Amino acid sequence: MILSRRAVLGGLIASIPATAPAIAMGATFAALNYPITPVAIADGVWMVAGADEPIRRDNGGAIANITIIDTPAGTVLVDSGPSLRYGEALKAAAEQLTGRKVIRVYITHLHPDHAMGLGAFPQEIVAALPGTIADIQRDGQGFSDGMYRLLDDWMRGTDLKLPGLPIRTESESFGGRTLRLMALSGHSSADLAILDEHTGTLIGGDLLFHRRAPATPTADLARWRESLGMLDRLLHKSAVPGHGPFDPSGREAIAQTRDWIDWLDQSLTDAVRSGLDMVEAGEMAIPAPLSVMAAGRYELQRSVSHFYPALEGRLLPRIDKV
Amino acid sequence: MTQQAPSVTAYPVDPLGSPMWEAHARTLFEDHPVRFEPALKLSMPQIAEDQHRFPVALDARGLGEVKRMVIFADLNPIPLAADYRPLAAAPYLAIRIKLDQRTPVRGAAQLADGSWLVSGAWVDAAGGGCSAPPVSRVRGDWAQHLGEIHGGAWPGDAGATRLRFVIRHPMDTGFVANIPTYNIETLSISSADKVLGTMEIWAAMSEDPAFTLMPMAATGATLSIAAHDTNGRDYTASVTAPAS
Repeated sequence: MILSRRAVLGGLIASIPATAPAIAMGATFAALNYPITPVAIADGVWMVAGADEPIRRDNGGAIANITIIDTPAGTVLVDSGPSLRYGEALKAAAEQLTGRKVIRVYITHLHPDHAMGLGAFPQEIVAALPGTIADIQRDGQGFSDGMYRLLDDWMRGTDLKLPGLPIRTESESFGGRTLRLMALSGHSSADLAILDEHTGTLIGGDLLFHRRAPATPTADLARWRESLGMLDRLLHKSAVPGHGPFDPSGREAIAQTRDWIDWLDQSLTDAVRSGLDMVEAGEMAIPAPLSVMAAGRYELQRSVSHFYPALEGRLLPRIDKV
Repeated sequence: MTQQAPSVTAYPVDPLGSPMWEAHARTLFEDHPVRFEPALKLSMPQIAEDQHRFPVALDARGLGEVKRMVIFADLNPIPLAADYRPLAAAPYLAIRIKLDQRTPVRGAAQLADGSWLVSGAWVDAAGGGCSAPPVSRVRGDWAQHLGEIHGGAWPGDAGATRLRFVIRHPMDTGFVANIPTYNIETLSISSADKVLGTMEIWAAMSEDPAFTLMPMAATGATLSIAAHDTNGRDYTASVTAPAS
């Protein structure tokens, strides 16, 4: 059987014409390079935009926004992308852009589209909230398995690594450029938001979604709302959301994220109370102001999966005979 | 060479190209005519966010009298999740199932003439929906809540009542080390002494199985739910049919 299989394979290869298919195969295998395109958003600050899509093979998992900050002491990155390959491409692109070595990488929260590229950097320069380090320690292997399943070769060489530097201060200065570090929560159990005091740029991590529906796999909506309230009281000038385009107003991303989670909370509660099943709840209409959010249906159906069973347990009365 | 050909007519070619189509069709549909019918509405989310609890709704209303409805996943180690007979109920069934890998998920409805209508789609899922321990087993509190039933009834269309309930049960598949198979296996819905619907259930149904059914019940009638599990335990609940 092995011999005949080899013969079949040999036959297949032999029958491939020499030119055109070779290019097609080359395209398949050589295309696994992440294009890193930093766009200037403020003095010494660039954003690398992620695709406003689910994690898919055709985007290599590069769906989260990354921020590059040029400080006198060296280059600072916020988030590291989904894979070792991304982290390495990001490091090269950022160092070429600023002409300075990367000296600090902040990981805003545990999710793999933000954290799994950190292996491209020395562990001692990768900083995260203590809660985020604990989250990655607990859930990282599961995330890693999921990412390899979805992305296969994009993930090559990516190991589960932990940030080496727990953040215990409220700010950090790099050659006089001060970054304020805010320990918040709600999108996950520990969400880092960063304010670049020199330019007033707020880097919100996944506390902020802009024209892209918020994801809720580890969310606590009440705490998320509190964190958004806190960010709204900041005197920042503009905002980098975790997903979706740069927000020059600094307010639209906050308002959209809050409006979406308020609507989600109320709609899922109403759906359970009015007797809808999970499938039906996932098919409910998304009202006009929120329909601008990319991936809205996808995230709504994910959120139904995250919240519905617990809501049923809380909102539907006991009917068994005790 | 002398092997006898099966005494059945050929099944239609599977639009999903599943390797298990013929085998499942033979087991479930036997010699009855089968056709793929887009009007048989099988609704599911576009993503299997949780492979332990994937919602599926099968709606056969408007297709004539329906005798049986089944929901199954071709490549699950336990393919069949529910086999429902809507005796006096609109032919609608929504449940949650486990997915052990990427698989076709299908619904089928048998009409009064015995023929089966089939609908389905491929669903991508991470592995292990059937072989990971239930959350309540990991947490260790499954026995404290076993058999609790949460639910309610709402006005439905055309004389039917929308009945929803969730039964706390681990629904163990038997594929997890040291946890034998343990699942709810039958369910019936009745009002007064009339049985409105019966269901056979397998461990492919999710932990804490959830049901949405549409029994025909008059306003103010008591709808009784009775379930039975593989350890011989009975679970009962009741709700009052609302005004429509």
